[in-house]
Amino acid sequence: MSSTTKVNVVENAAKFIHQGTDNEFLHDKNLWNARVKRDTTASKIPEWEELRDLASQIKEHTLTHLDKYLEEFAENAEKRGVIVHWAKDAEEHNAIVLEILQKHNAKTIIKSKSMLQEECEMGPYLEARGITITESDLGERIQQLSGEAPSHIVMPAIHKTMSDIAQLFAEKIGTDPNSRDAKSLNESMRNNARPKFLQADAGMTGANFAIAETGSFVVCTNEGNADLTASLPPLHIASIGIEKILPKVEDLGVFIRLLSRSALGTPATQYTSHFTGPREGTEMHIILTDNGRSHRLGLEKFWHSLKCIRCGACMNTCPVYRRSGGLAYGATYSGPIGIILDPTFDETKYSELPYHSSLCGSCSEVCPVHINIAEQIMDWRKVMASKDMMPSGLKVAFGMANQMFKHPSIFRMAMTMGRLALEIIPNKLIYIDANSWGKNREMPTLAKETFRDWYKKNKK
Amino acid sequence: MKVGLFVPCYIDAIYPKVAIATLELLEKFGVEVEVPLEQTCCGQPMSNEGDQKHAAGAEALFCKNFSKYDYIVGPAGSCVKQVRCHMDAIPQTEEVIRIRKNTFELVEFLTDILKVKDFPWAEFRHKIAIHNSCSSIRGLHLQSMSEWMEPRFNKTEELLEQVKGIQIEHIDRPDECCGFGGTFCVTDEPVSAKMGQDKVADYMKHEIEYVVSPDMSCLMHQQGVAQKEKRNLQFVHVAQVLNNGPF
Ligand code: SF4
Repeated sequence: MSSTTKVNVVENAAKFIHQGTDNEFLHDKNLWNARVKRDTTASKIPEWEELRDLASQIKEHTLTHLDKYLEEFAENAEKRGVIVHWAKDAEEHNAIVLEILQKHNAKTIIKSKSMLQEECEMGPYLEARGITITESDLGERIQQLSGEAPSHIVMPAIHKTMSDIAQLFAEKIGTDPNSRDAKSLNESMRNNARPKFLQADAGMTGANFAIAETGSFVVCTNEGNADLTASLPPLHIASIGIEKILPKVEDLGVFIRLLSRSALGTPATQYTSHFTGPREGTEMHIILTDNGRSHRLGLEKFWHSLKCIRCGACMNTCPVYRRSGGLAYGATYSGPIGIILDPTFDETKYSELPYHSSLCGSCSEVCPVHINIAEQIMDWRKVMASKDMMPSGLKVAFGMANQMFKHPSIFRMAMTMGRLALEIIPNKLIYIDANSWGKNREMPTLAKETFRDWYKKNKK
Repeated sequence: MKVGLFVPCYIDAIYPKVAIATLELLEKFGVEVEVPLEQTCCGQPMSNEGDQKHAAGAEALFCKNFSKYDYIVGPAGSCVKQVRCHMDAIPQTEEVIRIRKNTFELVEFLTDILKVKDFPWAEFRHKIAIHNSCSSIRGLHLQSMSEWMEPRFNKTEELLEQVKGIQIEHIDRPDECCGFGGTFCVTDEPVSAKMGQDKVADYMKHEIEYVVSPDMSCLMHQQGVAQKEKRNLQFVHVAQVLNNGPF
């Protein structure tokens, strides 16, 4: 979170839309299909809505008793031979990882997807210190080879087309640039990466859930790559955000039933791997990481975002995200959940994100744990407005007002903007040349007679 | 029953026929309707941008204008949603709470309060698609939400089905946001326009003649897109169809 230059999400989105290839079209189509599949599979569970209520309540309960469950988790994990570390921020997290690796003289890592490690910018940190990382998740590997962050929390490379990938693989691993065959491209990547997996000194994973009662944690993948990561090397380090805790094993079923159905519309992920202590002769480390979470927990309006199980359903359903591409958000978390999480990391850098929403509300309604995302987006706008951090584009809105409601109706518009706005309007009208309404839309025409005039004439 | 007609600014200035149709329709059902002439705005543009300070003035004025009515009815889902769900920049007195609770969007007022079933005067021999706005669906629950596993219903469609000759078609993504979103349509022009273009493409694919909506603001945006693309597509408010004009 080093730079504080504002992310111009509107400009980035415009680039994604206008790049003149199929990217935006396919991005929208594929993610919409995921949303439709989610609806179909959810509709087959009669108790779906009860499950969502229950999941939301479990999360709420856990978050309001987090200290107790964290202690219980750490204690039980240690009982099973796990070495538990606590990291207050990204820096501490990365330093702990490095220390463990150095102690084992580990130079190569195989890594299974973890948003927390992305958040901590662990990859670049370790690479700068001579450690080689190989992503084991295919989408994540594609992003790694592209030098890009994941653009979606479940489908990291969903913004790329098959030709983008063919091009990339041709450059990086020497495949045929004209091949569009997913199967053979996949196989080439597997042949390229497998030896790296087999030789890795250490494996790193995240966790989807951590269970206080048993001290074990669960990683859900579709490629089985977490199992590879955890079972091949003699050292397993798991980065776990402190909000991932569930009280009991029996709670897990509720979330497993919701997670993959919400994410991809499949009944469950292909692999739901439970890790309960190290294999014989190996070491297992858990880094329980805060990195802003306890601060967020203290934010009255925004703490509910900690309930998030990272299913990505809000992204799939979001019409703005689908057209923007995830990289437009310039942050670890994109889409609706990103809009409400990112400003908790850096208010200035991400101040324009809350405006990148049509507030259609679909994100809140689709979220399996009932996070009031749209409401939080509004609340973030209130924060930004109170700190005078509204985007400059808003001034354009007033320009449109002038275009649409040319004299004498401008006065009515001024009234519309709420009487009190009268005194600020003249300043804002400086921006009339930036008429962004008219680029792709004809202007509506004013009626010859307003309703008010008609009413006075005919009804009064 | 005394009803205050809430006419949002853009309807007053751009779509007066929508307000006339709403007024006439309510009167056909014997409702006593008044139009407070001092009304301006519900505060939505400011409130949407998080500008509570400037929203408060508009909200206070709204309440002053509409305090004497049993019901407040507006032919605009998003403006009604603003009043019902977000009008909280001013102190929530008993009076303010009552006003907010009694403010209805036209379709829900016809369905839930007047409980009307017939529009014997209405005839519309066209192939239409319904656009219930996001505010209407997820804010006012005028239609079941596709995100929720709940019994399916659509109040707008139930009313329109009573119109003679009407042919209601379902598009591929009936409850996808069209990209209007208030000031979003200008602050986020590239995405907003693309969403509008996709919506219009969906109508064209289904050979729609008219798009009918309880929310004229979404239609203003969609119409702008359709006209720019020179599409042969018309946009009317549900009140105009149910009242049989004026068009
Ligand atoms: S906010 Fe909700 S829908 Fe979005 S990723 Fe998190 S759990 Fe899934």
